[in-house]
Amino acid sequence: MSVIILLIGVSVLVAGAFLAAFLWSVKNGQMDDDYTPSIRMLFDDEVNTTKK
Amino acid sequence: MSTTNCYHCGTSCEPIITIQEKYFCCDGCKLVYQLLDQNGMCQYYDLTQMPGLTAKGSFTSEKYNYLDSPSIQDQLVQQVSNEQAVVIFYLPQIHCVSCIWLLEHLNKINPGIIHSQTQFDKKEIKVVYNPSVISLKELVQLLAFVGYEPMIHLGGNDLISRKKVNRKQLFKIGIAGFCFSNIMMLSFPEYLSVEASELGLLRPFFIYLNLFLSLPVLFYSASGFFISAYTGLRQKWLNIDAPIALAIIVTFSRSVYEIITQTGAGYLDSMSGIVFFMLIGRWFQDKSYDSFSFDRDYTSFFPLAATQLVNGKEENQPLASIQKGARLLIRSDEMIPADATLLSEGALIDYSFVTGEHAPVEIPLGQMVYAGGIQKGRAIEVEVVKPVGQSYITELWNSPALQNEKNKMHSFVHPWSQYFTMVLLLIALGSGMYWWRVDPSKILPAITSVLIVACPCSLLLTVTFTYGNVLRWLGRSKLYCKNASVVESLEEIDTIVFDKTGTLTNHQDTYIEFMGEKLTIEDQIAIKSITRESLHPLSQLIANYYTGIDQFTKVESIQNHLGNGTRAKVGGKEYLIGSIKFLALQGVQLSSEIKGSSVALSIEGKFKGVFKINHIYRDGLAKLFQDLKSKKYHLYLLSGDKSTEQMQLAQMLGEDIPMNFEQQPDDKLAFIQKLQSEGRKVMMVGDGLNDAGALKKANVGIAVTDQSHLFTPASDAIIEGAKIPQIAQFLNYAKKGKLVIILIFILSILYNIIGMYFATRAALSPMIAAILMPISSISIVSLSALFTYLFAKGHFSKN
Repeated sequence: MSVIILLIGVSVLVAGAFLAAFLWSVKNGQMDDDYTPSIRMLFDDEVNTTKK
Repeated sequence: MSTTNCYHCGTSCEPIITIQEKYFCCDGCKLVYQLLDQNGMCQYYDLTQMPGLTAKGSFTSEKYNYLDSPSIQDQLVQQVSNEQAVVIFYLPQIHCVSCIWLLEHLNKINPGIIHSQTQFDKKEIKVVYNPSVISLKELVQLLAFVGYEPMIHLGGNDLISRKKVNRKQLFKIGIAGFCFSNIMMLSFPEYLSVEASELGLLRPFFIYLNLFLSLPVLFYSASGFFISAYTGLRQKWLNIDAPIALAIIVTFSRSVYEIITQTGAGYLDSMSGIVFFMLIGRWFQDKSYDSFSFDRDYTSFFPLAATQLVNGKEENQPLASIQKGARLLIRSDEMIPADATLLSEGALIDYSFVTGEHAPVEIPLGQMVYAGGIQKGRAIEVEVVKPVGQSYITELWNSPALQNEKNKMHSFVHPWSQYFTMVLLLIALGSGMYWWRVDPSKILPAITSVLIVACPCSLLLTVTFTYGNVLRWLGRSKLYCKNASVVESLEEIDTIVFDKTGTLTNHQDTYIEFMGEKLTIEDQIAIKSITRESLHPLSQLIANYYTGIDQFTKVESIQNHLGNGTRAKVGGKEYLIGSIKFLALQGVQLSSEIKGSSVALSIEGKFKGVFKINHIYRDGLAKLFQDLKSKKYHLYLLSGDKSTEQMQLAQMLGEDIPMNFEQQPDDKLAFIQKLQSEGRKVMMVGDGLNDAGALKKANVGIAVTDQSHLFTPASDAIIEGAKIPQIAQFLNYAKKGKLVIILIFILSILYNIIGMYFATRAALSPMIAAILMPISSISIVSLSALFTYLFAKGHFSKN
């Protein structure tokens, strides 16, 4: 059963890593704008994208 | 000749200016196209049809001279290194995919621009550029040239601080969510009531890990509730956060007690869940319209600097350092920053910011011009009479009536939450008394259980989500509220005050009609020939009135009397076109009664009639006023204009509407104040700086805008002009919000009764708490969304 202690510890650490990733992304400003990036990713130098 | 649409901006035009079979309405548009074409940027035109903005030809390079001054650059630019600087501009013109594409590919046009990034929602662009290659002034000129003239204003640099607040809330939600889900998972053995002996060491491990995970929730995520409750209590005000803070503290301390005495696992899962759900509710409610600003004072209307003349030399001075007696040069399309006397001729001032009236007025030499006016003619010189902060229009903001902020704290839930807290304490006390007689060992568990289970979070969640939803639905119908408490105030309104110009009438559109004797074609040609000579807007209107006439005669002599009218000779006949006063002074006998803004005409000294200039009233006003009257609202009309249109208004809106004309900005403010002192809840609908005081004073101030990128004064909500006839529906819908809250509140009381049943029997297991809490929260959130949606369909589908 004591292996569960280890597993729980690992699972909390993994979840903590995702939390850290989320906090980093917020701090990095990735959550500031939730619209423009969705358009920006469609820009292409040659191919025409559909109009909005 | 057939017309076509400008390839760049879509304005309909005659196909005269053309390159490569593409037509343009003006040289400005053509130049922009050529610039983009040269740089291989024609994808701009592929993304959206005719995406451009009309190049209005008002582009003067001197306008941006002030950007060369280092003190102004310091305010705007963040210098990273010698070769890198960052600047953020507000570009209200951003409207489509092509805009984003063009603005993010500016580096193709000028290599000095290293990187540019737009934020569509906020209509902002962040430019990283190399100041040794392209100066700030050149950068702004480039933006203005392609049609995106940045709004650079004194009060516009709060962009960065606003973002940080938002991020902090996301941090709190993220941490609370993380802790909540892990605590829930680690509580599973407790839910399944696994025997303690089977778990052995695992049970304390789980429990203490839970305790450890709940600490960040208590001390970081929930800190906002404690701070708000504390500030409320200090002002002797039991706000909605007080019982929540109490519930969180009681839950946490009972859990710690149980854990230490090894009597149970506590309710840490419920506690972190409550915090998590309520933070989401707040976030949902607080989502606001980033591209609108609701807190503008005069500083956001005024430019950053003015051109001062010192010994005949032009110098750029920041506005704050302009003293009384300074001589300023105001170029075309520049704003007069302070009250001043006019030193040169040709002043044609557009006071639309101040009065809402769009037609520019001519001001003769030596007269006063007031801050906020925009010069439409050629460059003029003025001498400042009062410093910027003491000008007529800016004084309005310092008016004592506006100093006491309206109490936004009042809330529909607050009186309820007080009863709620009271009933809650009574039940807790009652069950405590009961157990004192039956089994004293259960007093504490019973009392704490009551406080845990009956936390008013369901009430708060109902309110935050319902108002959040109402806010969104109103926004979708083009009424943008500053925050959810505005929705709440909308429900209480019983009096509505309308401004006339710009609110009931449409800003841009005026129509002109000639009233009087029928004129011969010859006379019409003569009038068109005369009026097109003058740049006066009224004169231009008259010239455009005769659309059918496309031939001109020679004007033999023309004499302009500034601000009065024109005397001209055509074909041997003398024409007088001008104000009524002007004609009377020239000895013309005026026959008919003349009302409204009008231009009189006489030929050979004989009065012929007047050109009447009418504002166009918005459609559907009569129905709006009828609807509002049937809903028992008290309606008033205030106008800065003369009472000439009173009859017409009374006919359209009804005889029983009190109308006040020739109202100065402080009269409007005083009027609102008077209504409020009679206990009325006033909503003011207006535009322009002249309504700013009244908008701010009213319980709800709604600013009207016809183009979302125009500046609106400080207000609680912004409405699109075309939606004014729907105000009755908006108010109705806001009222429905209250109904939704009551419906859902009844439901949440049901949950509370179930919880209470267990709590008063001192039998509240963590399992029951853990099931009740998310079920009630989730059902409340979804029902609130469903009801607001159904009501919105009912209200807005008719349109």
